[in-house]
Amino acid sequence: MHLLGAVTGAVVSVLVAWPLAAAAEISPGRQAKLRDMVDQDCGSCHGMTRQGGLGSPLLQEDLVKLSAEAVVETILEGRPGTPMPPWKFMLSREEAAWIAAYLMGELK
Amino acid sequence: MKRLACHPERKRGISSWRTFSGLASMAQAEIPRLRLGMTRMAALLGLGLLSACSPALRGTGDLGLVVERADGRLMVVENSGNTKLASVAGLGDLSHAALVYSRDQRFAFVFGRDGGLSKVDILTGAIVGRVMQSGNSIGGAISQDGTLVAVANYTPGGIKVFDAATLEPVADIPAIGGDGKPSKVIGIADLTGKRFIYTLYDAGEIWIADLADPKAPKLTKYTNIGKLPYDALITGDGRWYLAGLFGEDGIALLDLWNPDKGVRRILDHYGKGKEALPVYKMPHLRGWAAAGDEIWLPAIGHHQVLVVDKGRWTEKARIDVAGQPVFAMARPDGRQVWVNFAVPDYSKVQVIDTQTKKVIKTLEPGLAILHMEFTPKGERVWLSVRDSDKVVVYDTETLEPVAELPAARPSGIFFTNRAHKTGL
Repeated sequence: MHLLGAVTGAVVSVLVAWPLAAAAEISPGRQAKLRDMVDQDCGSCHGMTRQGGLGSPLLQEDLVKLSAEAVVETILEGRPGTPMPPWKFMLSREEAAWIAAYLMGELK
Repeated sequence: MKRLACHPERKRGISSWRTFSGLASMAQAEIPRLRLGMTRMAALLGLGLLSACSPALRGTGDLGLVVERADGRLMVVENSGNTKLASVAGLGDLSHAALVYSRDQRFAFVFGRDGGLSKVDILTGAIVGRVMQSGNSIGGAISQDGTLVAVANYTPGGIKVFDAATLEPVADIPAIGGDGKPSKVIGIADLTGKRFIYTLYDAGEIWIADLADPKAPKLTKYTNIGKLPYDALITGDGRWYLAGLFGEDGIALLDLWNPDKGVRRILDHYGKGKEALPVYKMPHLRGWAAAGDEIWLPAIGHHQVLVVDKGRWTEKARIDVAGQPVFAMARPDGRQVWVNFAVPDYSKVQVIDTQTKKVIKTLEPGLAILHMEFTPKGERVWLSVRDSDKVVVYDTETLEPVAELPAARPSGIFFTNRAHKTGL
């Protein structure tokens, strides 16, 4: 039990830390563009203040219920059966990880 | 007060306008309790002065509003000289903001994403009423007689109806679908009488609310219309209501001259045989295009515009375009259809000749074209260029730009001639 808990803890901390590590790869100029994409393009459905619209709210308190990986997967692959499209044609995995960390309040 | 005196050399009295909207906002800041009264006083004072200065008198027929979405602000513009007249701030979250006009074309009812409903006097550039009516809204409509304004809400769903003169609440109509859950409302439009038609996104239903007796609204419901209706339009004659379905390959259609026949499906499988492409922004049907007997619609998941036979509701043609179309809008005479696109093709605009059904020009006026609005007779079209922070005006005959106005992250453009059109 103890061991399982430790392993789970390690996995969780890796997943949480991972977007931050990936984010280091993104240039400041690209980061500004991604921030803008969140406001403007994500904002079309999720609201510029992220309180939701046709899409669900993207507030920190909503996203902390999810793992960083789940957020990254949703950004890249979309949510089939809903209007959330896969953004992998426009964003790299590192960029999606940066956005996930940004939305989850780990980056400014 | 000296500043409000007549200056014949000033063009169109624009300076007086600014001064006097400034007066209104000063009044708001200093005496909040008397805000509305003071604003009205300032407006009356302003009108008096405007009448005294005849060059400043003007109608509203060539006016409009441009949403500056990131700043919660509106630009008051005029389309005879392509200029900005005033700025109206303090409107909250205007991402995906929409508005309708009073029948006298003086007041705009602005629907903000944050649930704010604001009444704006475009002659004075002042907010004359504002209520926070829900947590999250998408749009609204004004009744045929101009007395009621209905707002379609995402959170908690349903519609709320207000007195257009006072913004007093008139009715609150939840949208609980057949599944027993509250539903987001989209595609609201005005019908004849004090009626509104709208669609329940989650439940897949079309409802008509009759407010002839506002204390006891009468509802007519059409259920099982299809999966995830994302937007709807009503034809300008008020007869046909079409709800686009995101979850299915087809469109739900209601004939309002024969409402007992119910909703039927048209254009089933318009994407059959092709894998749908990602849709990075929901198409808008509201800017629908009718040219003669044809209706032009953005295809969902395809880089195409559909041409549909109005009345028979069969597909006549489809035209390949540069990306996922968001708006397909007809020039008022129906001779051209202008199309803009979702990201990543959102810096292009294509013009289609409706007779030959060919793209005659691809324009690239700047970065991220969000919205297009024709002047009432169609000689010009205004384009909001979000990421270039400007509005560009094109001549629709030469297809050349004729004017440019700076604007902060502009999105929707709404001219006052919408006041006299059903569904707008």
